[in-house]
Amino acid sequence: MSRVLRWALFPLLVTLHCGQALAAETGKDLYKTYCWQCHGMTGNGNGINVRDMSVQPRNHSDAKEMSARSDEDLFKAIKHGGQSINKSVLMPPWDGVLSDDEIHALVRYLRELCQCRHG
Amino acid sequence: MKRPVVSVMRRISMLSLILLPLGFANAGQGDDLLNARCAGCHDLKGPAPTTVQAIWERKGPDLFYAGNKYRREWLARWLQAPVRIRPAGMFYGNHIKPGPDGDEIDQGSLAPHVKLSGSDAELAASALMDKKAKSDLIKPGEYHSGTISKSMGELMFDKFRGCLACHEIEPGYGGSSGPEVYTVAKRLQSDFLISYMRNPQAWDPKIFMPNKHLKEQDLPKFVDYFKVLSEEDFK
Ligand code: HEC
Ligand code: HEC
Repeated sequence: MSRVLRWALFPLLVTLHCGQALAAETGKDLYKTYCWQCHGMTGNGNGINVRDMSVQPRNHSDAKEMSARSDEDLFKAIKHGGQSINKSVLMPPWDGVLSDDEIHALVRYLRELCQCRHG
Repeated sequence: MKRPVVSVMRRISMLSLILLPLGFANAGQGDDLLNARCAGCHDLKGPAPTTVQAIWERKGPDLFYAGNKYRREWLARWLQAPVRIRPAGMFYGNHIKPGPDGDEIDQGSLAPHVKLSGSDAELAASALMDKKAKSDLIKPGEYHSGTISKSMGELMFDKFRGCLACHEIEPGYGGSSGPEVYTVAKRLQSDFLISYMRNPQAWDPKIFMPNKHLKEQDLPKFVDYFKVLSEEDFK
């Protein structure tokens, strides 16, 4: 490789590498990883963990229920857990693993699942 | 007649030539076994996954910090007679399917674990105990045993903290996306348990166990509870 070419490629490679490291996960992929376990593969609130739960997880495909929640409340419930909006302790706080950007992506994905908006 | 020093030295070095490889051969054999039969599914070098896709693709628990995590006796025993620990496998998302009453575990997708002979299990256990990555997260001797009643422990684990959502506290009771906890005190070192519950992501940045921000003084109480459960002898 010629020296000129190498110098030209270097910044490009650095950019690509950083881009990869920073690339946020999509709401859909995050939902599959962290939410399916309780809310289910289709978001209907029937995940593999619900059998022995005292409170049923929210059905995210229920437009009526979901339109009663503001985006701010959804963000807060995901970040700080159900208790932060006076709901169940069974909904955990995800701030230890998700960034704010990722939580916003999840809120947007929830709106796709319910096909609904607040209000 | 006095032996010349040189000759004594030679004898010693001859002796070590014979003895040393025995020791090394052991360590080497264990590592060879891990590399040949385990590395296909277990990460023996680290680091842990940094993307969710890598979490989905992980075939077995990371073993590069095994020496800071497992109890040696348990390793040697389990490797000879492995039984399931995670009811829905490694990444639960790969082992579930929709059913009439909601998602179900796809039992057919879960394969039994390789079984080792007694001598291979000992070799593997020793080699695994030498893997001490992430020692900075362990405070040796941090756990001091205390007492807790089973009902108080369960109250904490279920009602107050919601851990039951993902973990079984007896066979067939509790959530199934995480490992069963009724055997965890037999399997894992107490100081590891404390460290992991304090911050699961410090060990495994993308793991789907939430950091519940437990109070420092409650951490050993959970370990006490796991010990009570492990005395029930479910398995
Ligand atoms: C085909 C993939 C595969 C191979 C090969 C394999 N394992 Fe595993 N291993 C797994 C899976 C999956 C689990 C989780 C089992 C469970 O939770 O029930 C596991 C669990 C373990 C555990 C328990 C760890 C924990 O945190 O629960 C140990 C120890 C272990 N394996 C050691 C080994 C050793 C040693 C070898 C090689 C002799 C080996 N494995 C080969 C897939 C594999
Ligand atoms: C949303 C699901 C979820 C909740 C809630 C949860 N955990 Fe976990 N837990 C997991 C997963 C997933 C793992 C790690 C699985 C692995 O390493 O393969 C884990 C691992 C553990 C381990 C280590 C077990 C092992 O065998 O490696 C302990 C101990 C533990 N959790 C305790 C708790 C406690 C205490 C709580 C409540 C404060 C709790 N968990 C809440 C999912 C959960």
